[in-house]
Amino acid sequence: MKINKNIAISDSGFVFNPVNGESFSVNPIGAEIISLMKTGQAYDEIEQSLMNKYSVEITTFERDYFDFIGLLKQHNLIDTNEEA
Amino acid sequence: MEKLRYERPVIKKLETGMPNKFGLRTEYAPLTHIDGVSVKEMINEYGSPLFVISESTIRSTYKKAKKAFSTRYPKVQFAWSYKTNYISAVCNVFHQEGSWAEVVSGFEYEKALRNGVDGKKIIFNGPDKNQNDLKKAIENESLIHIDHLDELYTIIELTENTEKRAKVAIRINMDTGIYPMWDRFGFNYENGQAWDALNKIMRSSKLELMGLHCHIGTFMLTASAYAVAASKLADLAIGIEQKYNHSIKYIDLGGGFASKNTLKGAYLPGSDTNPSFDDFAEAITSTLLNANFRNNELPLLILETGRALIDDAGFLLGSVIANKRTSQGKRTTILDIGVNILFTAFWYDHKITPAQPFTHYTETTQLFGPLCMNIDVVRDNIDLPLLNKGDHLVVHQVGAYNMTQWMQFITLRPNVVMIDMDGKVHLIRENEKLENINSLERVPEYLKKFEL
Repeated sequence: MKINKNIAISDSGFVFNPVNGESFSVNPIGAEIISLMKTGQAYDEIEQSLMNKYSVEITTFERDYFDFIGLLKQHNLIDTNEEA
Repeated sequence: MEKLRYERPVIKKLETGMPNKFGLRTEYAPLTHIDGVSVKEMINEYGSPLFVISESTIRSTYKKAKKAFSTRYPKVQFAWSYKTNYISAVCNVFHQEGSWAEVVSGFEYEKALRNGVDGKKIIFNGPDKNQNDLKKAIENESLIHIDHLDELYTIIELTENTEKRAKVAIRINMDTGIYPMWDRFGFNYENGQAWDALNKIMRSSKLELMGLHCHIGTFMLTASAYAVAASKLADLAIGIEQKYNHSIKYIDLGGGFASKNTLKGAYLPGSDTNPSFDDFAEAITSTLLNANFRNNELPLLILETGRALIDDAGFLLGSVIANKRTSQGKRTTILDIGVNILFTAFWYDHKITPAQPFTHYTETTQLFGPLCMNIDVVRDNIDLPLLNKGDHLVVHQVGAYNMTQWMQFITLRPNVVMIDMDGKVHLIRENEKLENINSLERVPEYLKKFEL
């Protein structure tokens, strides 16, 4: 699952989709996930890296991660062609 | 290396529609303590959900209301509206402050007596008073506010067998320019029903007309309607003086003062727009002071406001059961607080705040209760921080009607605690248990056994 390549994300958590001009705000963990996805990391790698950094149960993170991915899909930020 | 505090990831679309010029603040400022007592500790000790009553808020709100009226009018008496919250500890705080009791059923009447209220200081309102209730009220010299002619005739009949004269008033309904006009209770002012009832009372030797009562509506958002009501009651009182040379002892303006809650559909929060005690007091007292009472003998002004006196003092603590998303991707959160215990969720957009600190990131959320019923919606739309399972929330201003109109439905009713003036927590109503419910039921012998 990959994030659209042309999505721009700033350090402060501002996300811009140049395809449709929509913009979003994302919290720091969300921004980290998007940045890691942009570098091509898969879920396992992202999970490992965030589990090392934050105090969170693996089940909680897994649930929140896939909920977040659902939102990214809903906002057309996931590259569905890539996914197929 | 110590790990960082986790917050679940969230993304929010930035909308570029018309900004709200009033810029309502998101309720993410946590309420971690009530009167200095930790919300978390109260939940640990008494469970979740949990109703919490702040005694100091009751007393300070009462004092504010009393001051608003007594600085404008020489004779003021409050009577605590039992139906608003009849947990005995709550009633007794009001009684300690000097409130009489205002009851609307035999059950409430009995409750007031058991709380130790002198029968003479109980106002008995409502359309349903049976013969026994009335008999008791006559014997105790309580103030019976007559709702209909059938009741009036019953009282006359009952007084034939006693030496005592029944102390009565009538409830009067009237047009005060507000909608809906409450005309189902009492006798109408405009069409002469009120005078008809008053004439019957004045001609009976066994009834003593003590006062006039009205209750023009509920959650009144305009104080001026009370000025109209006060003027019509004063007009009747002066009419009685002239016709029968009888001075009534009191005028009872009832209740209905809005609290600071926000009604569903309101554009602005109730805390900014709803009239204050001073607004209501000014409208009522200036009308009475300007009425032409004989020899300037002003009647006692009785007020039965309930909601505005107790709403602020009640809090409902609860916990997050789960987070979900709807088919449209909207965030929904399930709480252990349902509409069965938070009846007022049908009327208000309750202020709800988290009970622990969060970052400033928020999500627009729909809050559901725990009931397996579609109607169980606590808030349709609220911006809240990123709550997790087990996090606690505080629902504000729930003191009125919830602890009386709550239902034992699907779940059992929770504990109610009161924080006293010294910050000590007292259990004032125990949570229900299965045994409480089952002890009222009877299963016929032939239904006790079955095979599956």
